[in-house]
Amino acid sequence: MSAPLETAMPGALETTTRAASETAMPGALETTTRAASETAMPGALETTTRAASETATPGALETAMRGAGRPRLVPYVTGGITADWTRYLLACQAGGADAVELGLPFSDPMLDGVTIQRASDQALARGATVEKILTDLTSVRDQLTVPVVVMTYANLVVHAGATAFCRRLAAAGVTGLIVPDLPVDELGELEPAAARSGIDLVLLVAPSTPAARIRQICARSRGFVYAVSTMGPTGERDTLDGRAVVLAANARDAGGPPVLIGFGVSTPAQAARAAGAADGVVVASALVREVLDGATPERLRQVVAGFRAALDATRLRGTTSR
Amino acid sequence: MTVTNALSVAARTMMAEPLAGGRFGEFGGRYVPESLVAACAEVEEAFREAWSDASFRHRLERLRAVHAGRPTALTPAVNLSAELGVTVLLKREDLAHTGSHKINNVLGQALLAHRMGRRRLLAETGAGQHGVAAATAAALFGLDATVFMGERDIERQQLNVFRMTMLGAEIVPVRSGSRTLKDACNEAMRHWVTAAHDSYYCVGSVMGPHPYPWMVREFQRVIGEEARAQCAAELPTSVPTHVVACVGGGSNAAGTFAGFVDTDARLIGVEAAGGAAMTDGTAGIVHGYRSRVLQDEHGQVAEAHSIAAGLDYPGVGPEHAYLGDIRRARYVTVTDDEVVPALRRLARTEGILCALESAHAIAWVLRAAGTADLPTGSTVLITLSGRGDKDMPALMATATR
Repeated sequence: MSAPLETAMPGALETTTRAASETAMPGALETTTRAASETAMPGALETTTRAASETATPGALETAMRGAGRPRLVPYVTGGITADWTRYLLACQAGGADAVELGLPFSDPMLDGVTIQRASDQALARGATVEKILTDLTSVRDQLTVPVVVMTYANLVVHAGATAFCRRLAAAGVTGLIVPDLPVDELGELEPAAARSGIDLVLLVAPSTPAARIRQICARSRGFVYAVSTMGPTGERDTLDGRAVVLAANARDAGGPPVLIGFGVSTPAQAARAAGAADGVVVASALVREVLDGATPERLRQVVAGFRAALDATRLRGTTSR
Repeated sequence: MTVTNALSVAARTMMAEPLAGGRFGEFGGRYVPESLVAACAEVEEAFREAWSDASFRHRLERLRAVHAGRPTALTPAVNLSAELGVTVLLKREDLAHTGSHKINNVLGQALLAHRMGRRRLLAETGAGQHGVAAATAAALFGLDATVFMGERDIERQQLNVFRMTMLGAEIVPVRSGSRTLKDACNEAMRHWVTAAHDSYYCVGSVMGPHPYPWMVREFQRVIGEEARAQCAAELPTSVPTHVVACVGGGSNAAGTFAGFVDTDARLIGVEAAGGAAMTDGTAGIVHGYRSRVLQDEHGQVAEAHSIAAGLDYPGVGPEHAYLGDIRRARYVTVTDDEVVPALRRLARTEGILCALESAHAIAWVLRAAGTADLPTGSTVLITLSGRGDKDMPALMATATR
């Protein structure tokens, strides 16, 4: 795993990359071996991975995160939360989303607060599975013009196998993946598997992430960099954590893909403030709460449109500069 | 079970220090949100530094002696041995302060937390034994203690809940998921994200992100080391032929096995049939580590069921998954129906009321004695991980004379 990456990123990034592969070493050998045996082509894996990294062509997600010319808005929807949950996806798009984050519910969501836990429990109780959700997604694929980014936990990836999981996502039209309990040191087989399937693997930075590690994460993140605004689980908050602004600035300075602030972005005003420091925002719990409270897709569209308007006003005031 | 030389060497290496990144073979690791990576790294660094500091070790040794009552006895189960035709020795962790092996780990971690300047211990608990130990150590070190406990466990372990409050701990009932230990672990981790700057997460077993599985095993190693020396004094063969311990997360077993991994003794971990991650689990990631996990066909973590709340956990320490893979240890299951009679038989033959968790180890020995698994004439060390006071209400509910 380390060799392809070093080949792909010479020069200034070399030190960072080397540090990354050192910390990631223990799993790397085993990972490569397993991934190779999955494809049954030991040489092919490395070649493919190197090709994917070398071209470093932004995927659909990163293009969308860069290309809109306005602060980016990524709303979150829990897959399978209701029978007609895909209507919420389309409502987010209609409300002005630049991409949609789709949560695949997991029984033990280590980083989620009460709202998203409830949503996941509700979806699982309805019998939601990865397969059913992706099948639903496929059925509305033609109506979706914005990228879909999946967010889920490591066990669902490992359970399916990284290669199979990424292929399945790609087949359903997903272009990005966020796995919050896979820090950069543990990406193992997922990073090359995602690259092979054309899935942008979005990595997270947190207020506790040291500067050198922020650079390392930004260098390996694809699509966008997810800046976790606060030290805590997901959930609505009264104010946006001031550390989010500093973190987003540091992540933007690192020069990777666009930086979006997520966690605790609860109101249009907070979104506007966050967008002043970053390239955009992810809004989750505030929307999921609406859905749990019985909001219609039209109501959700209006809420998303409210965030959209606040973000656009921010741009008009000229407070986003990059 | 034949252990090849190479595997024996591998096992010896494993029970010394994990590979970089906290790996035991393919298991272990640090699968936590980025927010917690720095906190885990800080604990690892502090532990490495403390563990190589003679004064830290000396202080811990003294705490174990004057506060925990170590060394605990090695009791020959004379009557049971005569009945079974095998020599049974009991390592008496039930005699340790607070009534279980949990105190060994918690004294080590509380001493570490104190050294790191933390003011509060966070802990999760199932049966309550780890919570009681954490509350005890927190009181001793002048730290606050917050213990996360599933609502269902609170209902069935009221005595330990009360003990914790007497010791000054705050109990946080966890209402999510199955309302048991696994959900208490999730909630403790979520809370740790918000509190990592001033609180220390005191993990209760050989689980969680690196360095916890390694560190907790090191703090529990005292069980195996004491037992090894005591067996040498007690047995003509010096080392028992079999070493048996119950496995939930697996800390008493890991501590016991660590003392014998370099011998010819057969290491046997006994799981609850309804919570047997080693036997029924598949590769997975939960609570920050990669190991064997009970899960459904879609990758959702399954709920475990055991009469013993301490074994009601869908994962197992990553080092056990590794020891099982290389066949250095063997993992077996017993059912709830075997456990209660085993507890009663030990009580009546030896005058010892052990915990339901520990009775799993007894139940396997009762079943295996005289078979190829445990031939007549064998010498078997059983770790009695804890005493049974906490389980008396449950036993009263099921008692038959």
